[in-house]
Amino acid sequence: MQLEVLFFGITADIATEKSIQLEIEEGLSVEKLRIFLQIKYPNLSNYKNYSVAVNMEYASDDVVLKTGDAVALIPPVSGG
Amino acid sequence: MSESISVKITAEKLNLQDCYDFVHDASCGGIALFVGTVRNKTKDKEVTLLDFSTYEEMAIKEIKKIAESALEQFDILKIAIHHAKGILEIGQIPVIISVSSPHRKASFDACQFAIDTLKETVPIWKKEHFADGEVWVNSTP
Repeated sequence: MQLEVLFFGITADIATEKSIQLEIEEGLSVEKLRIFLQIKYPNLSNYKNYSVAVNMEYASDDVVLKTGDAVALIPPVSGG
Repeated sequence: MSESISVKITAEKLNLQDCYDFVHDASCGGIALFVGTVRNKTKDKEVTLLDFSTYEEMAIKEIKKIAESALEQFDILKIAIHHAKGILEIGQIPVIISVSSPHRKASFDACQFAIDTLKETVPIWKKEHFADGEVWVNSTP
């Protein structure tokens, strides 16, 4: 299935792009997506403390992704 | 409830007067105002400028959640939370929070809650620029 992944902050520097379209297997969890992305971008393993948002809500590792979901990697925030 | 909340993320200069005017109300005895300003140093290292980036749609949602939660938790009338994006120089203003309430304690408490929560949950990132490089704040594991 198709999935859009957005990168922000340091994760955008690591991926060297702001978003990608991924073709992944049906029923993939956020936890599995993390592993998938860490294989695709090995340097991401040095910054594992990022959160994942699915459709603009923070999502726990057990959330199952659906086709068309907008997924974003949210490294520790530093607004204010 | 939305007329009690003003939320904004903008590349333009934040306006203190707008935040003050939005919360001002005859029924309130006080207004608390928090203004974040860009500091010239981080751990003795001289900062030249900050660059704020954001996941804007989600950031707006998260800021609205904070404002709604503040209205629920504290006896306040109105709250404005405005945040800047893009490049800011030393002394410029990345964030303004204003809160009005009939009695002052609720405004102080809500203002503190709002800035503390914003710093934990809202997807905004700042990159500090130094004379010899740049770093994403908080990114080191």
